[in-house]
This record gives sequence, C-alpha cells and structure tokens, in this order.
Amino acid sequence: MKDAFGAPQSLLVLGGTSEIALATARRLIALRTRTVRLAGRPGPALEAAAAELRARGADVRTVGFDALDAESHETALGEIFAEGDIDMVLLAFGIAGDQGRDEEEPLAAVRVAQTNYTGAVSAGLVCAGALQAQGHGSLVVLSSVAGERVRRADFIYGSSKAGLDAFTQGLGDALHGTGVHVMVVRPGLVRPEPAPEPAPETAPETVPAARAASPSPAPARGGVALLASARITAARSASARFASAPLEAPSLTTTPDAVAEAIVTGLRRRSETVWVPGSLRAVMSALRHVPRPLFRRLPL
Amino acid sequence: MSVDTVSLTGWGRTAPTTAVRFRPRSYEEAAATVRGCGPRGSIARGLGRAHGDAAQNAGGSVLDMTALNRIRTVDAAAGLVVCDAGVSLHRLTEVLLPLGWFVPVTPTTRYVTVGGAVGADIHGHNQHISGSFSRHVQELELLSAEGEIRTVRPGTALFDATAGGLGLTGVILSATLRCHRVTSSWMSVDTERAVDLDDLLERLGAGDHRYRYSAAWIDLRARGRATGRSVLTRGEHVPRYALPARARRTPLSFRPGPLPAAPALVPEALLGGAPAALLNEVRYRGAPRYRIGELQRLAAFFHPLDGLPHRNRIHGRAGSVRYQFAVGHGREETLRRIVHRISRRRWPTTNAVLKRFGAGDPGWLSFPVPGWTLALDLPAALPGLAGFLDSLDEEVAAAGGRVCLAKDSRLRPELLAAMYPRLADFRSLRAELDPAGAFRSDLSRRLSL
Repeated sequence: MKDAFGAPQSLLVLGGTSEIALATARRLIALRTRTVRLAGRPGPALEAAAAELRARGADVRTVGFDALDAESHETALGEIFAEGDIDMVLLAFGIAGDQGRDEEEPLAAVRVAQTNYTGAVSAGLVCAGALQAQGHGSLVVLSSVAGERVRRADFIYGSSKAGLDAFTQGLGDALHGTGVHVMVVRPGLVRPEPAPEPAPETAPETVPAARAASPSPAPARGGVALLASARITAARSASARFASAPLEAPSLTTTPDAVAEAIVTGLRRRSETVWVPGSLRAVMSALRHVPRPLFRRLPL
Repeated sequence: MSVDTVSLTGWGRTAPTTAVRFRPRSYEEAAATVRGCGPRGSIARGLGRAHGDAAQNAGGSVLDMTALNRIRTVDAAAGLVVCDAGVSLHRLTEVLLPLGWFVPVTPTTRYVTVGGAVGADIHGHNQHISGSFSRHVQELELLSAEGEIRTVRPGTALFDATAGGLGLTGVILSATLRCHRVTSSWMSVDTERAVDLDDLLERLGAGDHRYRYSAAWIDLRARGRATGRSVLTRGEHVPRYALPARARRTPLSFRPGPLPAAPALVPEALLGGAPAALLNEVRYRGAPRYRIGELQRLAAFFHPLDGLPHRNRIHGRAGSVRYQFAVGHGREETLRRIVHRISRRRWPTTNAVLKRFGAGDPGWLSFPVPGWTLALDLPAALPGLAGFLDSLDEEVAAAGGRVCLAKDSRLRPELLAAMYPRLADFRSLRAELDPAGAFRSDLSRRLSL
C-alpha cells in the first residue's frame, strides 16, 4: 500500500533498463519500496539493473516483457499482479528511433510507433485493469515534451509520444474515481548523469539526451531542438541571460535523477501531469500556440 | 442494505482507495456481507475519524456500520448500556446524559462509533485515571470470518486482540459499556500556562492525579527559551449542588450547536506559517496564566473542534497527517529532543496535545503506555515531512515508545514489532481465526498486520 505521502511499497517497471525508471526505483527504495519487478527484454542489462537495485535492499525480480508482442502482455503482466498488489506501475519503455533513417524506411518508423504507442496502449490497459481490480495504485507513464507540439526534427518519435500522452490523459479520466491514479510525466531533454550507465534498448529520452550532450556548436538541427526553442522563448521574455548561455540551456534540460525526484513529488501530490523541469510547462504552453507558418520557420 | 462503490480516505484525507461499501442494517446482512466478501476481504468502518487508512479496504468490501445504530438497553441504575457498534458517542451522550451518565472515555470528537472506539481502543483526557475505552467494555459481540457471532469478554485472548485490533479480528456488532456517573453536564476547568516544556512536565507530573481530565495544548512553533510553552487544561465534572442557580435549573442539558461546515475547497496555504504562528500566539497569550473553577459546558471542554463540521478540509487537497507517539516515564529526554526538533522546523502545527498517560490496558495493539504522549497535526504537503517523521519514529522506537496505529498513515513496517511487543501474538491469532484473510484493511496490508 502507498503511505500518506504516496510512497509505494511495491513497484513494477515496464522497460526495466530505462535510466529514469532505475533512478526512480532507487529513490523509492530509499523511501518505502520493498518489492520491485523489472519487466523488460531479458538480457545482461536487465539483470545488471536488478542486481544494482537488489544491493539497495529490495526484493527484485526480472520478468520477460516485449512491448512489441502485445498478445503476450495480458499473461506476462497478469502473472505479476497475481502474486500480490502492485502499488505503482512505471511505464518507461520506448525507443527514440533515428528520424533520418525512419523517414527512408517506413517499417523502422512503424516500429517506433508500435513500441511507443501501440505497445504502451496494450500494456497500459492491462495494468489499468489490474490496478482497478485492486482498488488502488498509480500508473506513471513517461511521455515527453516532444509529444506536446510535434516538430519537423523528430515527428515520428514525437507523434508516437503525442499518441501515448493523449492515451494516458484519457485513461486517467476513465479511471478517475476508481482509486487508480494516472500520472503523465513530460521530461524535456534528459542529459545522462555524470557517471552514466548505458541503457541501450529503452529510455526514449536518453537518445535526445545523447544528442544534446554533444558539445559541438552546430549539431544536427534536431539536436538543438528544445534548447533553441527555450532560448527563443526566454530571450523574448526579455532576458539576456540565455543569449550568452551555452547551447544547452541548463534551466530547460534535466537528468534522470531530476525526473525521478519529480515523479516522487508527483506521487506525493497525486499530480496528474508532471513537467520536468517545471518551467517547461510555461515554455511549451507558449510554443503550443505558435501558428504553424511561424513554427515551421523556428530553428527547432 | 445499500451497496455502492466509493473512494474512501481516513480523516486525514490522504491515500484514497476504492472499495465496495455495504451498509448492513441487521446482523444477518453484516454476516452475509462478510461471508460473501471476495479475496480482498472486508473491514468495518464507522464515522471515518481514524486519521489514516485503518478503515479502508482497496478493492474489497467496507462495512459501513452506521446503520446499525440502536441503543438496545440502558440500565439507568447501574450505568450499563448495550448498544450496536454503529452508535456514535454523540448519540450515546444525548441519551445517557439526561439519565445522569456519561460515556466512560471520549476522544476530542464525539463523532466516533462504539465499534470504532473499541477497535482503536481510544483514549481521552482521562486516560491517566480511567484507562482507554476497552477498560469499560463488559462484553462484545463479534462477527467472525465464518459469519458467526461470538460473545467476547475481557480477560480472553480474543478480547485483548480485538481491543485496539483495528477491526482485523472481526466485525464488532455490539458492546456493553459501563458508564460514568455524573450529576450535571458542566465542567469545572482549571487552566494554567506553562512557560516551557520542563515547566509543563513538572506541572503534569505534580498535579495530574487530582484531576479526572487533563491535557495540555502545546505551542510547537515556539523556539528558544519558550520551546514547549503550553496551556494546561484540567477539569472535573461539577456536582449539581455546586452549580450556580441558573445552571441548576437544567443541570443535564446537552445541546451543542454546530457552526457552518468548512468549504470543500480550501487553499493549502490557509494554515501556512504566518497564520499558524498568529493562531498559536493568540491561543497562548489569550489563555489565563492561572484560573481555577471556570464553568464550561461538556461539549466546549471535550470537543471544542466538533463545532466545525468537515474541519479536516482546512489542510487543503493534500490532506494532513496526525502523528502521535508515546514514550515511557524516564524517557523525558526523548520527548524534549523531539519537541525541540519539531519546533526548529517552524511547521504550521496548530493542534498539538501533550498528555501524561497512566497505566495501559491489556489490548495487544492498544496504544497507551505509562508515560508521555504527544499528538500533532501536520499538512501532508510539507516538503521533507516523510523523512522527518521517519527519523522521529526511529527515536521513539529506540526509546521503547510507540506510534498510535489508529492515527497512523505512514509508519515504516519494520519498526512495528519493536513498538508493539505483542504483535507476534496478534498475527498468530489472526492466522488461526481468519486463515483466508476475510478481514483486511489498507493499514493491515501496509504494515503486514
């Protein structure tokens, strides 16, 4: 059961190698979490993640789970819920794809959409049903600011996240009053932690992060994306601070740990939407209303 | 019997969960509900005054007992009353007071049911004299997991598990209570101010035995030399002959009037730092330094906050956490340290009570132990509160103290066994009586009771 501050005792992570998910699990284990189930593609990365969490004192088990195999979700997840209550489900799987290649190869693009959207729809609905049956629990879904206003630079990934975001909001409304709390988390660009652990297969946000981390002053247009948008908005709001700032406007990027902290705070407040960092809420609500002819010309 | 699906919380309005709520009107309906409850079990609920998740059962059944509200017999000569579990102490007071009897123990609200009072083994301002509620119970009717009705008497293991057992040993259907004789509905109240915590402890230790009711409001925002400054209020029932002529005309009248309810939406900062500081300052300065023999009505003395319905809304949407712990005599140093630590935080605590406990009762999970208890309300939205309370738990457990389970909504399960030494007995009795887990609550899941 969750306590008065929303700290869960049992956690199910879908996409068990996601850095954000692991950072969240670490924080939750420090609070109340004793049982962790890491669902993901079986492999050394997943086992390493489990071993690391186990060392922190939690009872951790890995479960084979493939986002693309929607037919297996009901059985795979059903078994986890049959063992006991799950207080929180963290839906963290997803891939970023490669925009350039995906535009050339429709099948690769479909794979992005199937993982990020279709897979999440199926897994989300299975979890929602199980949480509803137990009458309590949180479903935390990692969306992205990329889905808030889809950009030319990564519209395939962005559109899948847009779909996921809309799906989660609708699911949250459908589950309102059933005791299940649904939370959408929209992180901005996520830089890796100083001592990063590679999380190859999941963590959609780590890929833009890798792009953002490139110190070159002229990376691919998509790389500067949100940073540039942030600078424009900030500069227009009469501040010279960003004009002199380096490419990565630090106030608008984030780290897995910061996202984890925001998730824990969101659980405590029973928030429905969490932006990380919080200032993105204002930035994106401005960007959302930029007319398309202008938006197209923005160096995003 | 009405049935609906509702989202329920405790009085603190934290951690809502959804359950199917049954409202049995007879023993048969209650038994049928318990027998028919699914794998997620059932739990009885009264008026929802427990602060935490004791009367919630996520995904299972909740038996709302407030429809079982008959007072069956009153023996006006011996002061014995037999009533259903859903009768509130408010109703009991209304019925008993004109007959010259008063409920044996009352917490700071009258709006608790008799079943809840036994299940939480509540204590009041007379704990140091009268013990907790279960001491005044002669007999209980308890609905077992099989749907059978058992009569439970004090001195048995089942009674000790049920008194303070948070409804996990069965559904309490009725109770026979021994009441306290009074000849008027007035209280004679002595008030004194204590300038700091040491002064308060000394006054409580020296004079408590002379009063039936005693508790102190403590200003947990005061710092420095004033840390722990408090207003000590102690009272006695006034005998009829001592009443002034005007009051003597209707000595046993009881007509408390409620104020309008608190609005549904309250901004969370309403009781923030500055307003709370002002309230505390006014409350301390407004109290007389020393006054004896002030006449107060029962409701004003025992239940001053009952006048404001839905007062739990004042902490806003995030709700509140009530933290109550007790440490034994000789552990004053722990108490002092905790009071200092809380006051250094400058958190908006307005409703903090410090009391000296007398002998405890045999209930296995009954809270009172001889010593000191401090209870306080804190808004759940305060940043850093969870970790802070965890560290207080550690101190309390290290001092051999305990945290009150009926108010708890956040205790770390690992500490429970250290706080309640009879926990193992409680668990094994439950495993024996209720192997399938027909009685469960969110609290029992959270703490693995």
